[in-house]
Amino acid sequence: MASTDSMTQHKFERLKMNISSPPEIGISTPRSDAFTKVRGVEKFTIDLPSKDDLWAGVKRAGIPHARLIRVHTDQASALAGVAAVLTHKDIQGSNRQGVVRQDQPVLVDDCIRHCGDAVALVVAEDKTTLARALDLIRFEAEPLPGIFSVGDALAKEAPLIHPDHDTGNILLAGTLTTGEGVEGFNDCDCEASLSLEVPVQEHVCLETECGRALFEKDKLTITASTQTPFRDRHEIAQALGLSPEKIRVIAPFLGGGFGGKDGITVQSLLGLAALACPGRPVSMVWNREESFLASPKRHGATLFFRLGAKADGTFHALEAKADFDTGPYDHLGGVVLALGLEHAGGPYAIAHTQVSGRAVYTNNPVAGAFRGFGVPQVAAAMEQVVDLMAAKLTMSPVAIRLKNCLARGMKAPTGNTLAHSTGIRACLEAVGHHPLWQGAREWTARAPAHTLRGVGMACAMHGMGYGPVVPDVAHAKLELTREGRFKVYCGVSDMGQGNGATFLHIAGDLLNQQADGLELILPDTDQTLPCGSSSASRSTFTFAHALADASACLSQRIIKRAADSLMVLDPEEFVLVPGKLRHLSSGKDYPLAFLAGLMSPSERTVVSRYRAPVARDAVTDEKALQMHGIPHTIFSYTAHLARVAVDTITGGIRVDRYLAATDCGRLINPDLYEQQMHGAIAQGLGYALYEDYLTKKGQSLTPDLSTYIIPGARDLPPMELISVTTREQAGPFGMKGVGEVGIDAPLACIANAVADACGKRPGQWPLTRIRMLDLLGETL
Amino acid sequence: MKLTFMLNGSPVSVETPPDRRLVDLLREDLGLTGTKEGCGTGECGACTIRADGETKLACLMLAAQAQGRDIVTIEGLSPVAGPLHPVQESFVNSGAVQCGFCTPGMVMSIATHLDAHPDTDGDGIRQAVSGNLCRCTGYQKIVDAGLTAAGLMKNKGGCRG
Repeated sequence: MASTDSMTQHKFERLKMNISSPPEIGISTPRSDAFTKVRGVEKFTIDLPSKDDLWAGVKRAGIPHARLIRVHTDQASALAGVAAVLTHKDIQGSNRQGVVRQDQPVLVDDCIRHCGDAVALVVAEDKTTLARALDLIRFEAEPLPGIFSVGDALAKEAPLIHPDHDTGNILLAGTLTTGEGVEGFNDCDCEASLSLEVPVQEHVCLETECGRALFEKDKLTITASTQTPFRDRHEIAQALGLSPEKIRVIAPFLGGGFGGKDGITVQSLLGLAALACPGRPVSMVWNREESFLASPKRHGATLFFRLGAKADGTFHALEAKADFDTGPYDHLGGVVLALGLEHAGGPYAIAHTQVSGRAVYTNNPVAGAFRGFGVPQVAAAMEQVVDLMAAKLTMSPVAIRLKNCLARGMKAPTGNTLAHSTGIRACLEAVGHHPLWQGAREWTARAPAHTLRGVGMACAMHGMGYGPVVPDVAHAKLELTREGRFKVYCGVSDMGQGNGATFLHIAGDLLNQQADGLELILPDTDQTLPCGSSSASRSTFTFAHALADASACLSQRIIKRAADSLMVLDPEEFVLVPGKLRHLSSGKDYPLAFLAGLMSPSERTVVSRYRAPVARDAVTDEKALQMHGIPHTIFSYTAHLARVAVDTITGGIRVDRYLAATDCGRLINPDLYEQQMHGAIAQGLGYALYEDYLTKKGQSLTPDLSTYIIPGARDLPPMELISVTTREQAGPFGMKGVGEVGIDAPLACIANAVADACGKRPGQWPLTRIRMLDLLGETL
Repeated sequence: MKLTFMLNGSPVSVETPPDRRLVDLLREDLGLTGTKEGCGTGECGACTIRADGETKLACLMLAAQAQGRDIVTIEGLSPVAGPLHPVQESFVNSGAVQCGFCTPGMVMSIATHLDAHPDTDGDGIRQAVSGNLCRCTGYQKIVDAGLTAAGLMKNKGGCRG
């Protein structure tokens, strides 16, 4: 017990330390938001509705493909307590949403394109009346043939989901070629290839999509659980026909995002509802089934990968094909495809590559952004063909990866030069030297009865930021308040990853202030400045740069103002200490509140802008692909190891241990790096073993959490993390993004571990018990 | 119908329709939004509360089932102005909070478990939160927090003894 006691004591001391001294970059510090969240007093968007709110809800199509003829709203409108029943005819603007292609209606006007499409919107005095009114809405529609697979979509005579789209049912297709492309296989001594299908994955944010809106005094205010408040404002404006300055979007802490709230969910619907009911707050919360049906998913994909190598194990050629089912709307499907293509070859040097892919419209639920953004799919295939190649050449999985892994200055598989920190070798060495890898054979040999044991590894790289087209910009605003505290105005949503707390951590360190001298303003288009989306592993990187600049500027301004006012010649004589400015030679302290009183509000406020660097390499001549933001220039890297035990009677796979060595640059708050890696691995293991959003003819077969299974506490292994901490020169404090890289490798890691256990690789994922039993049956 | 029950240590008396769910009564009528709703069908555990010392899911209870019982929500686990409950403190310190939406339910499950099983271990904590889904953490730091809290609670118990 002594050890537990001392550990407890240590942790308790650490908390007290952090409250009474400024945080330091590189030292773990409890998240500032944890204190309110743990008491249950932090108000998420879903907690905002008041008893007097109107409630808005959506009539979903329930059919996958049809021409909408007429919506009958009379009965619903006549119901007592119904404030408004709205259809596309009530929309003044374009009635179209979308980040790249604006192809998704707020309310269906011409065609229903998936079961989750919104046909009508009802606003009612209470939720019971709302449900009753939604039941009373009828619509007439002429069914159209449905498209439920990439094959259906590309078939001759296939109906077009968007007849106005230049490339028919192909949202985006492209090929990236380097060297001699597939001709490179002519000079290979050995080939390995693999085909597989990976599932549709649902984000399952614990807080479903929700928001609250109020239209009064010619201003529409929408509070929403959103990763993209500033982009939302423009999308809502266009869709509803308002000017953006009449719209204010506020984003409290999100109860999870993971990409599922990267784009419009409830926002335009709520805006429309509020416009119809001026002066009344309107709330909307999607229930779990509606969230599953109407929110975007990770793309299901079919993949074919062929890798060629020289006899000594040097990778020489890669052919990769990937088809992504993007559902009926672009959402971010084209960008997801492009990122997948860019990352298809993994963190390896391969002289000749041909990577091609298509994102294809179907009448399945919408696919779009999800942590990993196309990379988990391609890594699932690539990391398996690497292991297949290792087996053919009788090399160890670590040795073949070390032989081929990228280093700074080399070209990535799509031809872009790695000019920034490139730590994959250190990650691989950390895994290779680890006792879990070194002791793998000993552990697998000791498998008990009816159990097969295996150890596998996989690795990944992940580009950070938007890439070359969309400016990757953040604006930080920092204010010394009249009370002498520092207020950080953060315009990038905190969906749970803790970037808000990290910004206070950074400001606290740079300004030498403790927690009680710092305050965070969450995204609000009226108060904070545009910072782009909370996505693409870029939230902290981009904003922290702007914030560091603002901190330096404001501290200098305070010091110089003090020097002027106090008739001190040399500003170097001052230093910020918690709550005060200290004059060093006299030892005298001036409270920051006193100094703030000397300064005007505009003097006490600093604004700074930062735009992230982008790659200048031309990796393709294809205009359409170029427009989708590739290649990237800064990458994080990771190497994973999994130990699995397969029960040969039940087919159950138990992940016994998991290890990840990661290069995401220097760590600002090591606790938060661990949080990101743990969570990404957990979602990745869910993707590998359980999660499968199934549909039949566009209808959901997994509408709830008893049919769509995410990992629980007893399903996940102890996870060990190693940070190899390169220093990224372009990074604030040497850091790089860590939000996504951890989810790219788990599926392949499990695949390689299972193959180590039983010598088989399934063609279809996730590897459920039934599939595992089938696979074992093939062995026998 | 009229309901009378203990809520976070104080008696309450409320008028509510008989078909109202307890989670709605708590969140909407009484403003206790710390109890979250993540599914409404008893699958996610975000609405975990304590009724007569046992964990219950407020989305699966009718308000009427609170009649005469002792209900504790996350807001009642520790006084707002006072120190955190050891489980809350350990969640903060162990980095067990990310988006924080599952946190109240997790804390209620672990706090209740530790009351009954002060000598618990990692498997015991995992079992205790097996009905609470978390999408952010992978549970590891939640388990760490539970173990740390167990140590803290033992210490405090020891001092009192």
